[in-house]
Amino acid sequence: MKLPPLHHNTPATLEEALDLLGEHGDEAKVIAGGQSLVPMMAMRLARPAQLVDINGIASLAAMEDRGDVLAFGAIVRERAAEKSSVVAERAPVLAEALPHIGHVSIRNRGTIGGSLAHADASAELPAVAMVTDAHVVVRSRRGERIVAAEDFFVGHFTTSLADDECLVEVRVPATLPGAGWSFQEVARRQGDFALIGVAAMVALGGGGSIDTARICVFGVAERPLRIRTVEDALAGAAPSPEAFEAAAADAARDLEPPSDVHGSAAYRRHLAAVTVRRALTAAAARAGVPG
Amino acid sequence: MTDHRANRPAPGVEIELVVNGATRSAATEDRVTLADFLREGLGLTGTHLGCEHGVCGACTVLLDGEAVRSCLMLAVQARGRQVTTVEGIADGDDLSPVQLAFRESHSFQCGFCTPGFVMSTVALLAGNPNPDEREIRETLSGNICRCTGYESIIEGVLLAARRNVEAGLPG
Repeated sequence: MKLPPLHHNTPATLEEALDLLGEHGDEAKVIAGGQSLVPMMAMRLARPAQLVDINGIASLAAMEDRGDVLAFGAIVRERAAEKSSVVAERAPVLAEALPHIGHVSIRNRGTIGGSLAHADASAELPAVAMVTDAHVVVRSRRGERIVAAEDFFVGHFTTSLADDECLVEVRVPATLPGAGWSFQEVARRQGDFALIGVAAMVALGGGGSIDTARICVFGVAERPLRIRTVEDALAGAAPSPEAFEAAAADAARDLEPPSDVHGSAAYRRHLAAVTVRRALTAAAARAGVPG
Repeated sequence: MTDHRANRPAPGVEIELVVNGATRSAATEDRVTLADFLREGLGLTGTHLGCEHGVCGACTVLLDGEAVRSCLMLAVQARGRQVTTVEGIADGDDLSPVQLAFRESHSFQCGFCTPGFVMSTVALLAGNPNPDEREIRETLSGNICRCTGYESIIEGVLLAARRNVEAGLPG
């Protein structure tokens, strides 16, 4: 369980980091919090010869409220966001998801950007990025790309990041006034990876019907899934327990979750229906639907 | 093409950091974790290594006052930082309040996991001198004990917290 030989690079600027990534290609890996990468190296699931450590790059450390979005530099720690009153107020679904990640000592090092770049299919933050329609800013010597979460996550541990690119910022849209949200997760123990999780948002329109609903389920596929057919069906519907029950059943029906020692596919599908219903109900209550 | 030179041990680098209040320096390799550096480079074997991949919490130390897993950091990443290990919290032969409370509550049996639980608890109480049981359980969920069944550990933390209140700390 000792790490393989590696060279640790400490660029002081983003430009230096991008030069290193451009030079070393797939031999290099960016390290921020290291809470996923270091275990993978210990298990020899990853063996980068060159680590490009971005922790010393001051320009990546900012957490900013830009009005329509909250911007998190690539080395903003999960714990810092969790403790932020701005995050709690402006991106409450993110605030609600953060305590589910690992443990305090993990969140003290782990970063929001790192969790997205790692793209574990059972991880919380990719689902938050999907349900909020977040964007990530990636840079390389070739230039900058701003990628929607929907286009960023490709599969388990796989994103659209190229070998020479570095995720530099995560942009999470602020919650619209009046929108309700919920983050629900079932795990065997506090901090474990999710057997299943759901992030949902509900906004009401005129007359108390649902204007917009968003549902993202994670832990059931190679990447977090927005259930857009159910979202579309809920738009215009009354926010009733029956509507949420039916939506949850519809959302779960077509899922093909994995079976493993932690739970069968059928059990996960059952949990999907339960958690989607709970998430929609809680989100609607926060949007102002009487309980 | 794999660069086989990368498989040779990297040349030693000298790093300096502050451990338990004293500036320490020693040579290490880039690939060495902070946990191994503390134990083998500095001889501070109070920090224990259970799983070596970030699950068990036995290697928990404080980095600039915050609990971290020293097996999930490279030693070279701790350059210039303040590290506190379980060796650094007692005052000579006088145990720290958390250590005392753990001893009185029988919060350990074999003791292997104890340094990690102690350091996680020190960090918790530094931020919140009187946490409730739920907060304690959530915080210590990152540490694994195979002896106690955890109840006596929770009691130890609650005892330390009660003494904080008696000492007039806010909470």
